[in-house]
Amino acid sequence: MGYTIYDKLWNEHLIRSYDDGDSLIYIDRHFLHEVTSPQAFEGLKKKSLKPWRINANIATPDHNVPTTRDNKFSIESIEDNISKLQVVELDKNCNDFGIKQFNINSNNQGIVHVIGPELGLTLPGMSIVCGDSHTSTHGAFGCLAMGIGTSEVEHVLATQSLKVRKLKNMRINFEGSIQEGVSSKDIILYLIRTIGTAGGTGYAVEFAGSYIRNISMEARMTICNMSIEAGAKVGLVSVDDKTIKYVKKHSNLEDNLINDAIKKWKNLTTDKEAMFDKEIDIDVSKINPQVSWGTSPEMVIDFNEKIPSSSIFSAEKRKSLDLAKNYMGLSDNQELSDLDFDKVFIGSCTNSRIEDLREAAEVLKGQKVSENIQEAIVVPGSGMVKEQAEKEGIHKIFIDAGFQWRAPGCSMCLGMNPDQLSPYERCASTSNRNFEGRQGNLGRTHLMSPKMAALTAINGRIVKEI
Amino acid sequence: MKDFIEGIVAPIDRDNIDTDQIIPTEYLKSIKKFGYEDYLFDGWRYKDQGRLGMKKGERKINHEFILNNSPYDESKVLLTRDNFGCGSSREHAVWALRDFGIEVVLASSFGDIFYNNCFKNGVLPLKLKKTEIEKLFSLSTDSPVSISINIKDKVILFKDKLSIDFDLDNNLAERIIYGLDEIDITLKDSELIKKFEEHRKENNPWIFE
Repeated sequence: MGYTIYDKLWNEHLIRSYDDGDSLIYIDRHFLHEVTSPQAFEGLKKKSLKPWRINANIATPDHNVPTTRDNKFSIESIEDNISKLQVVELDKNCNDFGIKQFNINSNNQGIVHVIGPELGLTLPGMSIVCGDSHTSTHGAFGCLAMGIGTSEVEHVLATQSLKVRKLKNMRINFEGSIQEGVSSKDIILYLIRTIGTAGGTGYAVEFAGSYIRNISMEARMTICNMSIEAGAKVGLVSVDDKTIKYVKKHSNLEDNLINDAIKKWKNLTTDKEAMFDKEIDIDVSKINPQVSWGTSPEMVIDFNEKIPSSSIFSAEKRKSLDLAKNYMGLSDNQELSDLDFDKVFIGSCTNSRIEDLREAAEVLKGQKVSENIQEAIVVPGSGMVKEQAEKEGIHKIFIDAGFQWRAPGCSMCLGMNPDQLSPYERCASTSNRNFEGRQGNLGRTHLMSPKMAALTAINGRIVKEI
Repeated sequence: MKDFIEGIVAPIDRDNIDTDQIIPTEYLKSIKKFGYEDYLFDGWRYKDQGRLGMKKGERKINHEFILNNSPYDESKVLLTRDNFGCGSSREHAVWALRDFGIEVVLASSFGDIFYNNCFKNGVLPLKLKKTEIEKLFSLSTDSPVSISINIKDKVILFKDKLSIDFDLDNNLAERIIYGLDEIDITLKDSELIKKFEEHRKENNPWIFE
């Protein structure tokens, strides 16, 4: 009998099991941001408790921060007083409890799921939690990583452990080579379209197959990031040489320590004999660039397809589809390429890494953003990504094309900071959720890859051919 | 102790209701754990755009939305379909339901993180079979009905017309009934956690750098 990587990680972190089927697992790393932590810190204070292990915790503000800021910016400059209070509160709580924070002025501030890996804070084999569902991103490194609620944030702070139930095992085998113009974002959108937003509920999903082995760590992160949109709070990739190479490059650990660690990390793979509760094979060679049309990440079609007619679906499904079409201002059998776009957003914890920016810049070189696009913004995921892009001159390509080059943050992925859609505005977005109102009240989101977003910026519409 | 809940059922006939629908991001800017009642289903409940701090009385009410109409404005039970609470980890979604007065959510499935969050806040998410959900919709759609949920006996009752047994682990039932503080319970295992931590540090020192 063999073990899956999830089984191995689970056994490695299991403190105890309870009679009722729950278990207590040890938490190695806890990332915090300003939105889901204040109530947890308040809870600690009320109970006169202190964080169990200070060094396990790393904080950074990302959801509320304005992306138009420069070096002189301070928290006090945040115009929205309510947003400001949340960032101030994080600052205060980190100072009160002695938690390491990359604050709004730090060169290392950024989206929490982008800075973790690049600062060497995400290491293979770790259990990682954060009050944010996209914590699944870190699973790309062979970590047991998942999003938790605020009560659990408080629990982890106080006890360095989490009470959870073991998930079932699922494996998705992505085999084959992708077509030109297709990226990891298209692959994960295609998966969500195929298995649905509840397809992975109750499972830890391992992404495997020749496609996964061949792609970069950045691309693996994009895929694990959106496992939650497929319903799975844990997404994983087995450790290989690529994982180790990335970690070595980004880690500050001493040589002898990292060499010992590597010996252990190499075992973080699924055994050949391991059994999965569910397994799905997907041939990636047939996948086209994907674009979401509706208000759920499963409402996705090929870039050159028509909006699906509701009549072919069951009565229950039809209702949701009609509501989505109504919200998005669409009708049956309409061509995606007929839609006029107002804004373009390249960024978010899904697609704001250097590889994503390179992919978009490649398309934008020597091109101009369409006059019909009112605003096109590109938001690097972290200070480090921004610096690297500026070193490579990528920022110039964006700026010359007519994009605004911004400072790191969650930005237009969600309407908590000044980057928002106005009612009925249509946006080509590299983010992860197209829910109603997600990017701003009554805003209309179409999820796609950085390349497709760049093409949409140039043409003002979704292209018909690539 | 809360082992019996009785209240009006509010049917919302829609699947995949996500956490952004339950409470939009604007209201996540609060640093408090309470006071979210006026922001539940904000995008559907109002015809205008709200801001954190605004009260129901200052908003343009959408009277077509069920929770705005009596007696549904006092509903304790929400009836919906597949994958309720999918999306983000925001516990604010549960706080908004709780603060509005919703004590039970009936659905055929739930988002994993939302499901866990419910039990930390005394909101009972009950997974029922699709046929049972269908039956409840047909009973509650035309006129308001009040049903009762007996958590100890694990049964939903409506007069002599309906009786549905449901599955719920005893420990989860107890969390709703007694509202136990999980941190206190876990801290009873402090010694065990400490030992585990020492052992882990010995074998994986790089994690503790």
